[in-house]
Amino acid sequence: MRHRSWVSVLLLLTAATGCSSGGATEGGKTELTIATFNEFGYEELFKEYEAAHPDVKITQRKTGQGAPHHQNLFTKLGAGSGLADVEAVEEGFLAQVMAKSGQFNDLKEIGPKVEDDRWLKWKTEAVTTKDGKLIGYGTDIGPLAMCYRKDLFEKAGLPSDPEAVKALFATWDSYFAAGDQFIAKSGGVAWFDSASQVFNAMHNQHEVGYFDKSDKLVVETNPAIKADWTAVTNAVAKGQSAKLVAWSNEWNSGFKAGAFATKTCPSWMLGVVEGQAGPENKGKWAVTEAFPNGGGNWGGSYLTVPKQGKNAKKAAELAAWLTAPEQQIKAFQAKGTFPSQVKALDAPALLEKTNAYFGDVKAGALFAAQAQKVKAAQYKGPTDGQIQDNVFSPALQSVEQGKSADEGWKTAVAEAQKVAK
Amino acid sequence: MTAVLTRVDRERAQQPRSRPPRLRLSAVDAKVSPYLFVAPFFVLFGAVGLFPLLYTAYVSLFDWELGADEMPFIGLQNYATLFSDGQFWNALFNTFSIFLLSSVPQVIIAVVLAALLSSNLRARTAWRMGVLLPYVASLVALAIIFGNLFGPQYGMVNGILSAVGIPPIDWQADTLGSHVAIASMVNWRWTGYNALIVLAAMLAIPREVHEAATVDGAGPVRRFFSITLPMLKPTLIFVIVTSTIGGLQIFTEPKLYDPTSGSGGGAEHQYQTVVLYLYQSGFQQLDLGYASAIAWTLFLIVVGVAGLNFLLTRRAVR
Repeated sequence: MRHRSWVSVLLLLTAATGCSSGGATEGGKTELTIATFNEFGYEELFKEYEAAHPDVKITQRKTGQGAPHHQNLFTKLGAGSGLADVEAVEEGFLAQVMAKSGQFNDLKEIGPKVEDDRWLKWKTEAVTTKDGKLIGYGTDIGPLAMCYRKDLFEKAGLPSDPEAVKALFATWDSYFAAGDQFIAKSGGVAWFDSASQVFNAMHNQHEVGYFDKSDKLVVETNPAIKADWTAVTNAVAKGQSAKLVAWSNEWNSGFKAGAFATKTCPSWMLGVVEGQAGPENKGKWAVTEAFPNGGGNWGGSYLTVPKQGKNAKKAAELAAWLTAPEQQIKAFQAKGTFPSQVKALDAPALLEKTNAYFGDVKAGALFAAQAQKVKAAQYKGPTDGQIQDNVFSPALQSVEQGKSADEGWKTAVAEAQKVAK
Repeated sequence: MTAVLTRVDRERAQQPRSRPPRLRLSAVDAKVSPYLFVAPFFVLFGAVGLFPLLYTAYVSLFDWELGADEMPFIGLQNYATLFSDGQFWNALFNTFSIFLLSSVPQVIIAVVLAALLSSNLRARTAWRMGVLLPYVASLVALAIIFGNLFGPQYGMVNGILSAVGIPPIDWQADTLGSHVAIASMVNWRWTGYNALIVLAAMLAIPREVHEAATVDGAGPVRRFFSITLPMLKPTLIFVIVTSTIGGLQIFTEPKLYDPTSGSGGGAEHQYQTVVLYLYQSGFQQLDLGYASAIAWTLFLIVVGVAGLNFLLTRRAVR
């Protein structure tokens, strides 16, 4: 008996230490892994690709949410192994990826020949390094338009027709002025949901953001940031903000209760508004082909090929194929991801897309037009996303909670310096 | 005496004892096997407990950014930065404030609850199981529900407060308000659990002691303070030490209290705890060296406070 126990202990030990390292090829097939989050709408496309390339087998690793997907991405970048052959990267995390661009393949170098003007110019600019390497292929975008409550506009005596409101949303000055007019008669309803939602949209329109191109923090010296801060906090002081942090439960309730009259609206926000405001508010929300000071973008992703993968060439081929206009239109039809490809923006399937909740507006054509209005990609420093989410958004929230605008600004500057150190 | 030994004797003593090989193996077996049987625990503990602990200490001496190209050794620099970091002291204050707001009422209510549950009740088991229900429920669901209840604009707690005529409290912006809200989550979840542990100890107190005291003329209150409490001492020490360790490491409740605020713990870190700050440094700012320094500092604080509580409890409850 005793000797048998020895053997079993040994067996256990060998079982614990021996682990299988999965081979890249399996029965002559190259196995490509692709890691995405939420819904990219690629399921059918993978089958199509496998049918056309019998030597390739595609495995998708799908994460429900963006944040854990990117956390996994950065952890495994640090560990040096474990990433998929193709990794999706969301625009909000792009700055952090660009800061580690050395660990990603230059797709111009290893990828197949891709026409230069496949994507909107600003979409490609954002993913090109200072020395000209292309780190990712664009998938989708989130062009910004303005959503507003028709019924509340009418009640407050503002124009409510999608054409007539365009004048209100021409510039940020006209937007805040209209807000003053609105809250004077709205009976407690605010103009926008929260300060940071407006501030971020304003901020992303500037050519220079929190960092200059040499990665120096310019929060204090960039006059545009302070100007935005003043404009937004003034509006808060006048009562234009509903003080509802985006994505919080309170924000959701705010949609139902009709707590605010306008919302900065990327293409994908229409679904969020419909889900949160619910059927009882159908017909009250509208969207118009206008955004203060031109256009803007919030959201959208890229496909990258990390260097640690063994099948970089084939992975890049797959990524290039997936991000071609023909495929991206199919993804749009499957899951509504708004394409970043110039040709896809002219596709009839996109232009004819309407949205019943927003009064059968031609949403596809509307956002395609808004996408063309985005001027240039703002240069993002390595900690840009953190400064937006962990410094300026909380600082603006603290002003909404009663802190003075000056104090809030000082805190924001100090915290930004800490994050950027 | 050695001189008496003959040469032959000495040679015999140096000769290897020749036993049959089977027997020798079983001797080794008898000596080594017990260690092997307990080894899995220690191997596992070493791998997932001790090693990370020591490796964290090692990492805390470097400017270790996740995925960075180089990680220079900087000695105790991380600790120096930490001790002059206002956000850390703020987090430490919040942690202690939430800990006191949760642990103190929790232990007191648990003892009272246990006393009530040990009395003659109908459907005793149902009551006893009932207090454990909050512990069974998922912590994440709990945090989200409490987050809703304490919503500043549409929350139910404020709704009730204004119905009674008390002005609504901003449960997120207000430091004390947010601490009370988070402590209430902890209390909701852990009071019943602790009450059951205290109850078990209470039921183990011999009846004779109580009866003797009753004969001597002691009323129920006197019996509770002079007999029940002192005899609960070892259990109370356990409950207080575990709730200290848990309380100082509080993370999920403040993290999910307002799921949108990331790991900042409120717009001005009103309810950011030490572990939440650790998480923010390590997994949002990817500064693993700094996060490790926080982890080690917290480890020492927890050991210190748990030890202090142990001593205090031992002296206070005699």
